[in-house]
Amino acid sequence: MLTAANLACTRGERRLFAGLNFAIEAGGWIHVTGENGSGKTSLLRILCGLSQPEAGEIRWNGAPIRELDDEYRKILLYLGHQTPVKEELTARENLQISGALAGTVLDEADADAALEQVGLGGRERLPVRFLSQGQKRRVALARLLTSPAPLWILDEPFVALDAAALEMLAAIIAGHLAGGGIAVLTSHQEVTIEAAARLTLRIAA
Amino acid sequence: MSATTQMGTQMSVIAVAIAVVRRDLLLALRRKSEVLTTLFFFVIVVSLFPLGIGPEMSLLRKIAPGVLWVAALLATMLSLNRLFGADYADGTLEQMTLSPVPLGLLVSAKILAHWLVAGLPLVLLAPVLGLQFDLDPRSLGVLMVSLLLGTPLLSLVGAIGAALTLGVRGGGVLVSLLTLPLYIPALIFGAGAVEADISGLGAGGHLSLLAALLALAVFFAPWATTAALRIALE
Repeated sequence: MLTAANLACTRGERRLFAGLNFAIEAGGWIHVTGENGSGKTSLLRILCGLSQPEAGEIRWNGAPIRELDDEYRKILLYLGHQTPVKEELTARENLQISGALAGTVLDEADADAALEQVGLGGRERLPVRFLSQGQKRRVALARLLTSPAPLWILDEPFVALDAAALEMLAAIIAGHLAGGGIAVLTSHQEVTIEAAARLTLRIAA
Repeated sequence: MSATTQMGTQMSVIAVAIAVVRRDLLLALRRKSEVLTTLFFFVIVVSLFPLGIGPEMSLLRKIAPGVLWVAALLATMLSLNRLFGADYADGTLEQMTLSPVPLGLLVSAKILAHWLVAGLPLVLLAPVLGLQFDLDPRSLGVLMVSLLLGTPLLSLVGAIGAALTLGVRGGGVLVSLLTLPLYIPALIFGAGAVEADISGLGAGGHLSLLAALLALAVFFAPWATTAALRIALE
């Protein structure tokens, strides 16, 4: 269970949000919405522990994430709005190294199976610079399929994806939730993900 | 679509660090031009001096250690921007921060890879370039040892500067202003070792001090770099 108690965040002079509370059980997901610049990314970065909240606390199964430290990073998968893939490496190598950073060994067969599932079958050995923007996103998203992390925090995961990929990603997230996972994501478009529970969190300035 | 497949076994901390070194070496191999530019820079800067000064052997022998060391400093500095720059821009550095493996270890792995690509070739090129300055084989040996101890020090100290200037506009010039003064001790003891050997005083003292600096940097530089990276990513 992921809980946030009384979170507040200020960027420069501007107060983005304050007194933010929520709790989400295993199998549920949170849709964070709000205008551009309202603080969605700031909230996600705070949830990851990348930045510290001005006030308040985030707890994973009751324990503050600051105390969990690397234990929390083990159960967390974060994908920011950037696409953390290297143009010079192949799709397979990119997936293997991002798995390694999360502490998971991926052999070639594992990596290729995940790439096949995101629709990149046959392109495993192509340097990523030959892929389109949407395909690069798919390489980054393939990591979702290979990660055992129960908590997914995704910043705008639907950007640059075509209709088929949107459905595929929604299905991947639904599968994760069905397996007892939790997802927190931002998106401007309406998304339908089959899940036990859904929480919409609107951040207003 | 099937449910999320769970695969892969947990990697040891060291295995992750090795994977990072491997990745950086692979990237360097695929971006050969970037690596070769700094090596050519080193070769050309060092070669300009004998051409400009002329065949005055005693003078060339005297300036050789200084010239080679200054060129090594500048060549290392040119390569500092690519140490964290690309990983910062594409979000990989963020992923490293969120890795269960301590960031300090990943940073150490990246510094090691940087030295293998940007420092070690300088050590191997130095004796060839030293011949232009009429250095005898013994002095060439001392020069190599001083660079072998000194170039990792340059990578380690440079990493702090590279991390501090991350995301700053005009970081390229700033990193030189920041790191060059910190390179002065390495320059003094490194070039001093060769000079002391040429003048018959023995290079032992200088080399020991250089090794002591290296030991200190191995301990503190990754820690300082990690702290600077965390600030850059806030």
